[in-house]
Amino acid sequence: MATFNVNAKEVKVDVEPEMPLLWVLRDELGLTGTKYGCGISVCGACTVHIDGEPVRSCVLPNSAAVGKKITTIEGLSQDSSHPIQKAWVQLQVPQCGYCQSGMIMAAAALLKSKKQPTDADIEEAMTNICRCGTYVRVRDAIHAAAKLAA
Amino acid sequence: MKPNMNAARRSFLLKSAAVSGGLLVGFRLPGIAVAAEEAKKGVEVTHWIMIHPDDSIAIRIARSELGQGSFTGLAQLVVEELEADWSKVRPEYADVNEHIKRKRVWGGMSTGGSRSIRDSQEYLRKAGAAAREMLVAAAAQKLEVPAAELSVANGVITHKASGRSVRFGQVAATAAEFEVPKEPKLKDPKDWKVIGKSLPRFDIPEKVNGQQIYAADMRLPGMLHASVAQVPVFGGKLKGYDEAKIKGMRGVKKVVAADDWVAVVADNWWRAHQALKAMPIEWDGGEHTKVSSESIKQFLRTGIEAGDVPVARKDGDVDAAMKSAAKVVEAEFYAPYLNHSTMEPQTATALAKDDSIEVWVGTQNGEATIAAASEAAGVPLENVIVHKMHAGGGFGRRGPHQEYTRQAVKIAQSMPGTPVRLQWSREEDMQQGRYRPVAMVKLRGGLDQNGNWIAWNVRQADQSILSTVDLGPNIRVKDGVDPIGTRVFSDNPYAVPNFRNEYAMRNTHVPPGFWRAVAHTHNPFFRECFIDELAHAAGKDPYQFRRPLLEKKTKDLGVLDAVAKAAAWEKPVKAGLQRGIAVVDGYGSFTAAVVELAVKDKAIQVERVIVAIDSGYVVNPDAVKAQIESGIIWALSALMHEEITIKDGRVEQTNFADYPVLRLAHTPKVESLIVPSGGFWGGIGEPPMIAVIPAACNAIFAATGKRPRSLPLKHEGFSYA
Ligand code: FES
Ligand code: FES
Repeated sequence: MATFNVNAKEVKVDVEPEMPLLWVLRDELGLTGTKYGCGISVCGACTVHIDGEPVRSCVLPNSAAVGKKITTIEGLSQDSSHPIQKAWVQLQVPQCGYCQSGMIMAAAALLKSKKQPTDADIEEAMTNICRCGTYVRVRDAIHAAAKLAA
Repeated sequence: MKPNMNAARRSFLLKSAAVSGGLLVGFRLPGIAVAAEEAKKGVEVTHWIMIHPDDSIAIRIARSELGQGSFTGLAQLVVEELEADWSKVRPEYADVNEHIKRKRVWGGMSTGGSRSIRDSQEYLRKAGAAAREMLVAAAAQKLEVPAAELSVANGVITHKASGRSVRFGQVAATAAEFEVPKEPKLKDPKDWKVIGKSLPRFDIPEKVNGQQIYAADMRLPGMLHASVAQVPVFGGKLKGYDEAKIKGMRGVKKVVAADDWVAVVADNWWRAHQALKAMPIEWDGGEHTKVSSESIKQFLRTGIEAGDVPVARKDGDVDAAMKSAAKVVEAEFYAPYLNHSTMEPQTATALAKDDSIEVWVGTQNGEATIAAASEAAGVPLENVIVHKMHAGGGFGRRGPHQEYTRQAVKIAQSMPGTPVRLQWSREEDMQQGRYRPVAMVKLRGGLDQNGNWIAWNVRQADQSILSTVDLGPNIRVKDGVDPIGTRVFSDNPYAVPNFRNEYAMRNTHVPPGFWRAVAHTHNPFFRECFIDELAHAAGKDPYQFRRPLLEKKTKDLGVLDAVAKAAAWEKPVKAGLQRGIAVVDGYGSFTAAVVELAVKDKAIQVERVIVAIDSGYVVNPDAVKAQIESGIIWALSALMHEEITIKDGRVEQTNFADYPVLRLAHTPKVESLIVPSGGFWGGIGEPPMIAVIPAACNAIFAATGKRPRSLPLKHEGFSYA
C-alpha cells in the first residue's frame, strides 16, 4: 500500500511502484481530469503539481510522489476561482478542452513563480501541445490572469 | 392550430429515454441525451425542444461538439426564433437510438465539412419559430385572447392590452398537442438578436476544472480497460501471439484477437498496455511490405507522366492557347501524408448485453457510430445505444472511420456484462490514422505578351479518399475523378479562358481520410503559389494580378481586398519583413490571408497572420475568431513540421516526438477580419486555414527568392525562429 496526498487528502492505493502517477490518478483514484496524451513527457496533457511544481505525471513512477503534495486540476480550486481558470473562461480559451487541464496546471505554476510573466516567460514555460491551436488565447489569458491575481 | 398525435409520440420518447438512461442512473451523465428522470418532467414541444415546468429548456443538438462551439451556435439558431430566455437554455445531444427509431427525425448528424451550421440553420430556425407559434397558440387558448394580440420575449408570452402574461413552462404541455407548423414565419436577419452575438460557449466551464467527461474518462462499475495493437502494415493480418508470456501479469484479464488486431484487457489501462507491449505478436504484412514513401512518390510520378487521364473540367482550348503563349510557366508540387493527431487518442467504451450493445464514444457522426457498432455486434440498429461524448479533437478523424468503435464492441462482446474501455495508445493513433492523402501536381500556365493569363493546365496525381469511403450518391468517384480531390482546381474562380483539370488517381495501401479542410489543405498551396509565380513572370504585383481575374467573383475579391487593406498592401511592408497573399474559397465561405515574416539563415519568424473570412452570416463572432486562430496554428504546423512517412509498408512516426506539431512559442500575432456580406451561410471549422499556407510560402519566396514546392518545410532546412 502506498499513501499519497492528493488534493489535500490522504489516499491509500495498492499499486506497483513503477506505475506512472498518471494511471494511479486516472484508473485507481478516478481523477480523470488529468489526461493521457502521449505517455512520453512531450505533450503536457498529464501535468499536475507536485509540491507546487509542474510535473508530467505520465513518466513519473508513483513511488516518486509518495510523501509529496500532489495537486490535480480537480484540486486547483474548489469552484474554478483560480485566476487562471477565471481568465480561461473570460477569454473562452478551451476548444475541445482535452489539453486544457495540463495547460491550466502549467499556467498556474508559471503564475506562481512569476507574478507578471512576459511573453518570453510564457513561451518558455508553456510547451504543452494544443492540437486545437488555442495558443493565442492561452498567451492572452495568462496575462489577464496575472492582472486578476495582482 | 389543430391538436395532433403528439401524445403518442411523447410517450414513445419517454420509454426510449428510460432505456437509454439504462444502467447509468445514479452516475454522472456526461453530455448524454435525456436522462430518464428529467425526461418525465419535461414536455417535448417538438423533437428539437423540450420545455420543463420550471421554464428550463433543453435544445437537442444532432451534430457533435468538438470544441468548435456547435452546442452554442446551433442553440443560438433555435433560440433566435423561439424567443426563449437564453439563461434557461441548455443544449443536449439528440439520442442516436431514438433518431433511428424515429426515422432520422433530427436530420444529418455528420459533423464534418464545416457543415453543422450551414446545413442545419434553416430547419433549426424553423424549429424555433414553429415551437414559438405553438406556445403562442397555447397561450391564446389559456388567456382566451386572439393569438395575434400576443407578443413573446425571453420565454414570456404577454397580452399587452390586459397586462396578463404566461411563461413557456406553463403552456408547454398544451402547445405540444398542436400540430407542428410546417412553414413558420422566420425573422428578417436585420431583426436578429441572438444570432450574431458572441455568447459564451456552454461547454467551457467544465473544460477548465477537469469535469468534462470525454470518452477516455468513461468510468462504469466493474469496467475494464483495453489497449490494442493493429497490424502495422495496412491490409495485413494477425498471424499469432503468445499469450502465455503475459500470464500472471498483474491485473491482466483477457486477450482478445481479431483478423488484424489483438487487444489486452486489464483492470487498469497502463497494465493492459504494459502487457500488450510484453506480448510477442506476429504479423503477416501481406503484399505491401515493400512500399515506402519513395516508391509512393514514384507511383505518383506515373500519374504526372501518364498520357491521357480523366478530365475534371475543361474550358476553351488549353493546348492551342499554350502554343500561342508568349511565356509558359511550369511547376511541380508535392504534399505528404498527414495525421490528425487529436489530443484524445481514439477511444470507445462498450458494454454488451444479451442482444444489445451500448457504446460511449467521441464521434463526429452518431449515425456512423451506431452503424459501425451494430454491424460489428451483429445486432439490429434498434438494439444499439450510442452515448455521444464531446470529443477531444476531431478534425475529420472521428467521422466515417469507426475502427475503435468496432474493436471496443468486439472486445465487449467477448465479455458480456462487463463494460470495457478501449483506448488507443498515442503510438497506435499515430500509426493507424486515416491520413490526409499524398498529392503531386504539375501546373503549366501560359501568359500572352501583355502578361495576361491565357492558359492553364493542371495535372493532379492524387490519392482518392472517396475510393475508400461512401458518403452517398451526391458525391462519389465518377469517370475516374474524385470530386473532393479536385476541389480548388475544378471550382477554380479565376477567369482564365483556357483551363483543363486533369486527374490521375493513384491509390496506395495507406488508408486516406478527411483531414481538416481535406483537399483544401494542399490544393490551395499548389494553386495560390503557382499564381504568385505567374504574377512574377508577368511582372505584376501578386495582389493586383489576381484582382481582374476575380472581377466577377465579388466575394473572393471582397476578402482579398479586405486582407490587402488590413496589411496596407499598397505601402511597402515593415522593414525586415516580407509578405505573401492568397485567396481561396471553400466549404461555402470565402477567405484570404496575408502572412508577414522574416527569414534569417533559414529560420522563419512569422510576425503576423491576417485572415479575412466571409461566411455570409455569422452566428457567434467569437467562435469564428477562435476558429481563425485555430486554423492559423493548424496551417503553420503542417507547413513546417508535419509529415507521415512510410517504410516497409508501415508508418514510421510513433508519437509527438517524431511527429512534432506547432507549439505556443511559434504562435504569431493574429488578426481576424470577420467580414460577413450576408445572404448565405458558409462554414467556419475549416475555411480559415486554407489560405494561410500559400500566403506564407509566397512570403517565403519574397524573402528568399526560392519557391517552396514540397511540404513540410523542415526538409528544405527551414525551421521557425
Ligand atoms: S501524456 Fe504526459 S506529457 Fe503527454
Ligand atoms: S483545446 Fe483541443 S487540444 Fe487544446
